[in-house]
Amino acid sequence: MEMPVPDKGVLSRKAQIVARLRTALPADAVIDATAETLAYECDALTAYRCPPMAVVLPRTTQEVSAALSICHEEEVPVVPRASGTSLSGGALPTADCVILGTSRLTDVLETDYDNRFIRVQTGRTNLSVSGAVEENDFFYAPDPSSQLACAIAGNIAMNSGGAHCLKYGVTTNNLMGVTLVLMDGTVVELGGAHLDAGGLDLLGVICGSEGQLGVVTEATLRILRKPEGARPILMGFDSNEIAGACVADIIKAGIMPVAIEFMDRPILELVEDFAKAGYPDCEALLIVEVEGSDDECDAQLARIKDIANRHNPVELREAADEDQAARIWLGRKSAFGAVGRVADYICLDGTIPIAELPNVLTGMRSLSEKYGLKVGNVFHAGDGNLHPLIMFDANKPGDLELCEAMGADILRLCVDLGGCLSGEHGVGVEKRDLMLDQFTHDDLEAQMQVKDVFDPKWLLNPAKVFPLSLTLSRREARQ
Amino acid sequence: MKPTTEQELSDAIASANAPLAIRGGGTHPGHVTGDVLDTTGLQGISLYEPGALTMIVQAGTRLSEIQAALDSENQDLAFEPEFWPAAIGDSTIGGIVAGNISGPRRIQAGACRDALLGLRFVDGSGTVLKNGGRVMKNVTGYDLVRLLAGSWGRLGVISEVALKVRPRPEAQATVILNGLSDTDAVKNMSIALGSPYEITGAAHSPQNSASQAQTYLRIEGFEKSVEYRISELSKLFSKIDTKLVTDATRSEMIWANIGCGGDFAKDSGALWRISCKPSDAAELVARLDPDVVQYDWGGGLIWVVLPSDVDARARLGAFDGHATLIRGADFPMRHPETGPLARLTAAVTAKFDPRGVLNKGDA
Repeated sequence: MEMPVPDKGVLSRKAQIVARLRTALPADAVIDATAETLAYECDALTAYRCPPMAVVLPRTTQEVSAALSICHEEEVPVVPRASGTSLSGGALPTADCVILGTSRLTDVLETDYDNRFIRVQTGRTNLSVSGAVEENDFFYAPDPSSQLACAIAGNIAMNSGGAHCLKYGVTTNNLMGVTLVLMDGTVVELGGAHLDAGGLDLLGVICGSEGQLGVVTEATLRILRKPEGARPILMGFDSNEIAGACVADIIKAGIMPVAIEFMDRPILELVEDFAKAGYPDCEALLIVEVEGSDDECDAQLARIKDIANRHNPVELREAADEDQAARIWLGRKSAFGAVGRVADYICLDGTIPIAELPNVLTGMRSLSEKYGLKVGNVFHAGDGNLHPLIMFDANKPGDLELCEAMGADILRLCVDLGGCLSGEHGVGVEKRDLMLDQFTHDDLEAQMQVKDVFDPKWLLNPAKVFPLSLTLSRREARQ
Repeated sequence: MKPTTEQELSDAIASANAPLAIRGGGTHPGHVTGDVLDTTGLQGISLYEPGALTMIVQAGTRLSEIQAALDSENQDLAFEPEFWPAAIGDSTIGGIVAGNISGPRRIQAGACRDALLGLRFVDGSGTVLKNGGRVMKNVTGYDLVRLLAGSWGRLGVISEVALKVRPRPEAQATVILNGLSDTDAVKNMSIALGSPYEITGAAHSPQNSASQAQTYLRIEGFEKSVEYRISELSKLFSKIDTKLVTDATRSEMIWANIGCGGDFAKDSGALWRISCKPSDAAELVARLDPDVVQYDWGGGLIWVVLPSDVDARARLGAFDGHATLIRGADFPMRHPETGPLARLTAAVTAKFDPRGVLNKGDA
């Protein structure tokens, strides 16, 4: 992975820069000892590592502003980092950067049930936002798989989704306002407790901008009353194509499940070995979850079963109680662990129009044969968001590169079929160099000119999202 | 100018040497000056896959045409764009997206911006751009789709829109709460919206000379589900004088009237649209002292009619939200922004339209 050559000028001024940060922040909020900065050398894309020059861990918006303002004056690149769960290298440091961590920004600032929002500091984890409103039977809807660890700041940066966004939408659909600190330290309030933007929807472009436009320190998030209940149904099919057709029929019938999850045979075999969830022996398995009162769940599941039966399922299994529901979800929830147990893997995130499901799975199978690497699929079928897991051996020279080349081919296939490179993980460094497969130079130039406005010196997370060759002149302008 | 292709649109903008007033179906409520750039030549539905809940449509296509196509598959647009009092005639989808126009269901199903999968547009230099795509989830690069939604043509002229559509709910019903004060109405709408029954409309018409105050709560979904939820809601409001409208057609008529065909649309005077924190709504209306008022979005949206010489913003003072002038007075259409927000907005606009040719004037 190519990263920019560290700025020697910045590195030579390290002592001075760290000293300035120490005057503005509490003593324990600035880290520069090599043994300690090592903890920040990578995120969940662990194949790439580089310890940062220093780390700051502010506790307030004012401290974030002070730190950014110093880095702006000193022209030091800043890589914002929330919980470091990015699968695309969004928080990967460079040797000349300061990591700005949000891990100490964890307070709940305001909970308002009448107006159905919660305002939090953004270092708070996703699950603990729901946790803060749970006693009143409310929840925060976006639920990335990493929700126990991942923080709201990262969710906003990547516009994260989750299994239940088929019904509830992704982060951008549940984000009402932010406190944003620009690279020069300016604090801007966008949105609030009202529902739409008065002028340009800048909040809409901040969400998903991968920490390149500003650092979000506080967020107003929509909270919802929990449904009365939820129940999954499991169905096994003889082929991926049949399972795909069943998904399309369910959606077209007007049933709005909260989740439709899909697993193919390679994943099912690994999952069964690992989790012993008792899944049927089949080529493709769907888990569909519906919500509502008991009677409402019954009625929706009856319709889903009708549709499924038209596709000759190998098995249909309803959850009669909580325990059975947990068993249906068990295999899905342990899928990544099941793969990690037998192989190293990279997890892709391309999205396709759902009608193309059979085509993309067939295409993947032939790529798997071509590269000689096994690929399993576990994904959000309702919205066409794939998660192919390509398995490789990190100890075998050249295998990672082979795996990445195959990943790139799968993502190109997604784009060719009318889809996109990333449904919910973000571009980061991982998909940065594929952006011209999806966009024209003009398309990317239009995006980069937004960064020109928010961060004219290109100091915030500068080596991500766009191919380095396209950002070179902007990054060099400051050096 | 009336381009019929994206290329012609690009040529028209690139060669413009004076400001352009972008015009489709007359959705824009402001006073835009310049040569008219008519977008209604960009016509047609280029892709409709009901099974994938996806439609791609040229920006000049009329909403009525889109709805007719959706009707044939028993689908609709979740955000109810048909409710817009400013449109003269039949809005185009480009105008609706440019205004991020959303009806009562916005509180539950999201705004127009939330149903947008992708856009193609031409910026102020004539460059053809695309952002987003046609898939349900997409975080590839910056989200210019949401930036364009609600930009009222100041960043670019939209040429093509990819929309998420949805199956039309099988049934609907409305609970009417009678005789509530504005404050109590907002409180009770909050109770309903905080229930697990997924209210898809929460509106309030205060008492006027002709009728008593009525607060409306809508439920949509499968027949059995609507039946159940309506009865649960009635229990929740057992101490209030309630009336159930279980006939779907009559319920639909109520909401069509609330959306844009309500009393306020016909009144003379200036029509203002105020977006606010719901629990502030009654107090804001008291400050405004309007001739006519209609609450929607559980109190988060207020329509008021004021005399033409009254500046709603002056009466409102500072609040969490903004006021848009829809028609009937000589104040700026958009709520003025200040500080770094104003600076960022101006700078982003200048990047997309460096020559300042798109929808200038009071846009």
